[in-house]
Amino acid sequence: MTMTRLTTLTLLPMLASLPAAAQQVDCPIKVGVLHSLSGTMAISETTLKDTVEMLVSQQNEKGGLLGCDVEAVVVDPASDWPLFAEKARELLTVEKVDVIFGSWTSVSRKSVLPVLEELNGLMFYPVQYEGEESSRNVFYTGAAPNQQAIPAVDYFLEELGVERFALLGTDYVYPRTTNNILEAYLKSKGIAEEDIFINYTPFGHSDWATIVGDVVEMSEDGRQVGVISTINGDANIGFYKELAAAEVSADDIPVVAFSVGEEELSGLDTSNLEGHLAAWNYFMTADTPENAAFIKGWRDFIGDDSRVTNDPMEAHYIGFNMWVNAVEDAGTTDVDAVREAMYGQTFPNLTGGVAEMLPNNHLTKPVLIGEIRADGQFDIISQTEPVPGDAWTDYLTESAKLKSDWPGLGCGMYNTETESCVQIQSNY
Amino acid sequence: MILRKPSVLIFLSALALVTIVTTLMAQAGLVSTSFVKLLGKTLCLAIAALAMDLVWGFTGILSLGHFAFFGIGGYAIGMWLMWDRTENIVMPSLTGGPLPPTPFQIEEAIGTQIFGVVGSSDVPWLWSLAGSLPLQLAAAVLVPGLIALIFGWLAFRSRVTGVYLSILTQAGTLALSLWLFQNDSGLRGNNGLSGLQNIPGLRDVAQSVVSLWFLWASAIALALAYLIAAWTVSGRFGSVLRGIRDDEARVRFLGYEVEHYKLAVFTGTAMVTGLAGALYYPQAGIVNPAEIAPIASIYLAVWVAIGGRGRLYGAVIGAAVVSLASSWFTGGGAPAINLGFYVIKWTDWWLVLLGFSFVLVTLFAPKGLGGLVDLWTGRRARGIGPLGPDQGSLRGKEEVA
Amino acid sequence: MTIPTERPAMTFARLLRCFLTCVCLALPAAAQDAGVQVLLQTYSDQIAKPSRQTIQPVLDALTSSGIPTMPDFLEAWADKRVVQRDADGAFFYGKREGDTWVLQSVEDGADAGTAARRDVSELKPNAGVRRLIATALVQFQLNDPDPARRLAALDSLSRSPSAKLLGPLRASIEAEDVPAIRARKIALDRLIAVQFGTDVETRLAAIDWMSDQLSLEARAALNRLLATELIVGSPPENANVARVLSVGKDISQTDALALLAAADILPPDVSRADRDAALIAAIADEHVAGTPVATLNTEAARWTAYETLAIAGQAPPRPAQNAVATLLERNPITEIYDEPDPILTAAAAAALAEVEARVARAQAFDLALDALSLASIYFLAAIGLAITFGVMGVINMAHGEFIMMGAYTGYVVQQIIPDKTLSLMVALPLAFAVAAAAGVALERLVIRHLAHRPLETLLATFGISVALQQIVKNVFGTQAVPLTSPDWLAGAWVLNDVVGISYIRIGIFMLATMFLALLVYILRRTRLGLEVRAVTQNPGMAASLGIDPDRVGMATFALGSGIAGVAGVAIGLFAQVTSEMGAGYIVQSFMTVVVGGVGSVFGTLAGAGLIGGLQKGIEWLNPSNTLAAQTYMILFIILFIQFRPRGIVAQKGRFAQ
Repeated sequence: MTMTRLTTLTLLPMLASLPAAAQQVDCPIKVGVLHSLSGTMAISETTLKDTVEMLVSQQNEKGGLLGCDVEAVVVDPASDWPLFAEKARELLTVEKVDVIFGSWTSVSRKSVLPVLEELNGLMFYPVQYEGEESSRNVFYTGAAPNQQAIPAVDYFLEELGVERFALLGTDYVYPRTTNNILEAYLKSKGIAEEDIFINYTPFGHSDWATIVGDVVEMSEDGRQVGVISTINGDANIGFYKELAAAEVSADDIPVVAFSVGEEELSGLDTSNLEGHLAAWNYFMTADTPENAAFIKGWRDFIGDDSRVTNDPMEAHYIGFNMWVNAVEDAGTTDVDAVREAMYGQTFPNLTGGVAEMLPNNHLTKPVLIGEIRADGQFDIISQTEPVPGDAWTDYLTESAKLKSDWPGLGCGMYNTETESCVQIQSNY
Repeated sequence: MILRKPSVLIFLSALALVTIVTTLMAQAGLVSTSFVKLLGKTLCLAIAALAMDLVWGFTGILSLGHFAFFGIGGYAIGMWLMWDRTENIVMPSLTGGPLPPTPFQIEEAIGTQIFGVVGSSDVPWLWSLAGSLPLQLAAAVLVPGLIALIFGWLAFRSRVTGVYLSILTQAGTLALSLWLFQNDSGLRGNNGLSGLQNIPGLRDVAQSVVSLWFLWASAIALALAYLIAAWTVSGRFGSVLRGIRDDEARVRFLGYEVEHYKLAVFTGTAMVTGLAGALYYPQAGIVNPAEIAPIASIYLAVWVAIGGRGRLYGAVIGAAVVSLASSWFTGGGAPAINLGFYVIKWTDWWLVLLGFSFVLVTLFAPKGLGGLVDLWTGRRARGIGPLGPDQGSLRGKEEVA
Repeated sequence: MTIPTERPAMTFARLLRCFLTCVCLALPAAAQDAGVQVLLQTYSDQIAKPSRQTIQPVLDALTSSGIPTMPDFLEAWADKRVVQRDADGAFFYGKREGDTWVLQSVEDGADAGTAARRDVSELKPNAGVRRLIATALVQFQLNDPDPARRLAALDSLSRSPSAKLLGPLRASIEAEDVPAIRARKIALDRLIAVQFGTDVETRLAAIDWMSDQLSLEARAALNRLLATELIVGSPPENANVARVLSVGKDISQTDALALLAAADILPPDVSRADRDAALIAAIADEHVAGTPVATLNTEAARWTAYETLAIAGQAPPRPAQNAVATLLERNPITEIYDEPDPILTAAAAAALAEVEARVARAQAFDLALDALSLASIYFLAAIGLAITFGVMGVINMAHGEFIMMGAYTGYVVQQIIPDKTLSLMVALPLAFAVAAAAGVALERLVIRHLAHRPLETLLATFGISVALQQIVKNVFGTQAVPLTSPDWLAGAWVLNDVVGISYIRIGIFMLATMFLALLVYILRRTRLGLEVRAVTQNPGMAASLGIDPDRVGMATFALGSGIAGVAGVAIGLFAQVTSEMGAGYIVQSFMTVVVGGVGSVFGTLAGAGLIGGLQKGIEWLNPSNTLAAQTYMILFIILFIQFRPRGIVAQKGRFAQ
């Protein structure tokens, strides 16, 4: 323990602040919540803000943390990306929070990153994302591509026998990078370039007739077609409505979505979508006592018995509890000490099994594939063993040679070929 | 000569006072770095609002696209910031190898770092000048100018005025933001350019210091912009502009080349706005297509209207008040109001308040907050008459019909 | 207490399973008499955790067992109605009732007691396995008395055609009495015959029949027949050669080189990384092959140094670029049909060409339908704006929010009236009323006070728009709300496998046509219309003739906003209902109005047609990027307005330019 801390301190001299043990904990312990409560992303992020508030209040009921009350400091970055950076700075310097739970979109994370690294803050990021990043100051509790996209494509290839792929996505970074990785992966699996159709649509796109028609046309050569959807947010509603209207059943053309969960389906009549798929690390239907307790706690907190839970909520649940345990282990909320204590932390998943924090700031997560049911929930039809999250994907040549190992190498972007650290601070 | 006008003098002294007081308080640790940044950004927004006031308040062209120029300025400077910073990151590992790096290798390494996030490593042609600060600074001014020149020339030549022009500028802004949204455009799509607050070469300087430098730069830029604007509207040129606003047809009958005046104002303000953007985004840290969305340009008009159009300090007041208030309300600074059956949280209701207060200002206080100054001085400020009908040329048509 | 007793039971069950497995493996014939459960236990693990790649032998064994209730089990399994008791691994049909499972025997469906929720596991075969099960069931279902099941069997047969089922399919055609199913069976027979048939005559006949078809199935069958393989070097004797690829035209130089390299004809291309590695390995005394390391700072210098190394034999040589042509000539790259009979492939190719020409025409028609549909949506969204703009000369930025209010009205009505048809009948007029009321309120409270200040009206209504959006968010939440169409509007009108359009879009088209007719009638044939036209053309003159422009303005606003409300319900039926949905249509609506020509109903129609058609056209040119289509469309419109500022249908009037 002392050894590791010593090495870290020598490796990262700029961080050498006061030794952790000497630091007094200021009560109350402040938890920053950096989720948009207005603007386009409020749709998804408000739920996460409520989740953190719930976790904080549950923690206080358990008697707080290190003898202190925990207090959630909520700010609204209003889906405005520069505002994320400004609010993060405010949280860290004015409110002096000990940790931040926040962000949803990649661009908001990239906006916050420089501030976190400059002020040595700590953030838990709960959403599945495109990978290709490992910041010292962020713990990624959502899925990296190898924990969601790749297993889902394997399922398509092996279980559904899909031979032609339509990759449909909203035009932003997550779909772009995920589709790039998937394209490389599919080619490595012997799928020809002309059998991969890629389309990007704007946020909130509503006119899906032509695109659905194009996808249906793909099955003209008699091979099984599958759709991999990274369509984001509301646009899904129009997409699925058009699919249903075109009477494309999941047996004809299965669709696996990476951004459609319980929350998104609640805006939709799912009776026509039965059998289409989603890949996540959590589904509300997971039949475990922990999950039952979590759902009950959530519904009690929000006062609505019809509210659903979803994957990013589980990510915050795991992240928050790991952070609490790490703080208790470290005996302080000091960022460097807590970060050290985070590595190797384990916490039970809501879907069974145990999540572990890896040296690359990512979690191990089981990959679940669910089929949409008529009631808007998912039937879990496949659940893997926990998969370790990979910050730098192995399927793109540029990043295959990179790895991230903070406690061991003190580097988030380490070139294994030249055996040198490309960068310690992120290049956003 | 301009300096002798009391409003200019008062404004410049107030600006200097605010800047100096903030600097001193920041040094004493009384205000946070975020506040200094917020103030610096607000001053840049005030420059954009000044430009908007010239275009709309004085010339009567309601451009719903001026904020796009602001964004273009940000992109131009952002390209250099990213390129140079990345070059500093990749060079050590490249030169550390056994072979000296080739130019191709360097470009490839920078490209991978910048565009890796959008899954590509090719450097788009748009970035060919990104390594040079002077050229990118020039681009921050010239690109908006050129776009404004072409757009304005086309529109004014066809006598597109009034709401038509507003919609056209809005459509143009939408097209630009949609174009930037595409990853294929080579400006990193939705992610935009980020990490701009880390200035190459100033990596070891703390942000608390850098933010003060930028505050001063913004303050000086605002002062200069104010002087230029005041000089522009004071002379004959300004009278012609106001004439165009009040009745374009009559000014044309008087023999003025109305189109040239409009084009000059449109292009000039676009360039100033671009420069303001170049100052703003290194403080904001990130520029992306959402910044250029049509709604941002409408907000610009809203600031000017709330502050009081047709007077320069009005634009500045409007920009400052609205953006600072917005920051205060959304930051959770405003206390929630408990109505017993419902709790009004300002994070939720701030936009409603802003929307309605804007309607109220338009309906009942068309002179905006600047009108308060009139009440205070007890007389109409000289040179500011009634605002006059804003559809100028439309009325001319009616008479013809 | 329970734990000690349970353990021996489980062990016993394991033993039993083990025993049964052994018995079954030893005596496969015995399985027939032993019943479903015993047979299932043989494959217990595969059935509990099936995978598409391994389940086929199990299915074969199950279907060939001859047990009469086996098809029932397979159906139940595919429907996720089978559970496995954890204690002994036995399979049951299960029905969940609260926290208990009601179990039924897999032999005969007899009651088999209950089990607690956590004591049994549901079997959830994935879609791939379900498809195999369905295929396995086809032979049982082809003659099923239930026509729906027969159709389902045919569907799964068409999804995974196999030679084995050709016989049963043919046998079932004779007895088929439903004409539609019979036709489908005959079609399927041909589709399978093309691929798996044994005599050339039948296959040719089937190909000939297919050349008249347009269906995906027929194209799929032809394409499967025409599947090819790529061969480098001279093709074997008797090979059915499809074509010889010409480099630069059919295949790129790089790909051809890669193929040659893969066939060991050429040395593989040296990548830059390989080159640099070789150079680094050869560094000796600050020199590489006689060149100082410091000068290797350009790509060209590095390649030259590498050539030197290659000549010295210290590195693998690069493929000689100039020899590629001759090598390719000697080793042609050919595509060979998998099907050996050239007569068949030639016939199929000809048939496919014929089909594809027809498909192209159908696609053009389909695109036109899509464009028409988009145009009618734009028309509905914009027409309200057009008339208010025409009459009052003001731009209402909150118009999009009236669309949104209409959609939310639809949502609220659907919450109160669960019947979808009835709620839609209520929602349409109510949405009109709500939006019209909001429009009148806006006109009386704001717009009237800003007369002759159109730019300020624009900004004031923008303020309203921002406030309305946020209010809706605060009231209804930020999540999209569901607005579901009634069943008779679900689905699509399918002309053939290429041309199809959803009923909702047809409904919207009819709605748009209806409002077009209504507006034309109101404007041309009613008193209000006369007054509206008078005010549009000359308000001063109209007022002096006793027309109250305020009243006319209010009526126009009510009408225009009301239509927006109806449009909101329509849009909500096929897309998402969110607080921001209106904002997505507002710029398009403005452009529709401006392009069409202000104040003219037909102008708006023309504008909507132009914008809808243009957008679909650009999308067709670049199908992988919808965003680009929108960008270019807007740029085109900006240019269009520069050259035709009055729009397509130019009108003289107060606010016409």
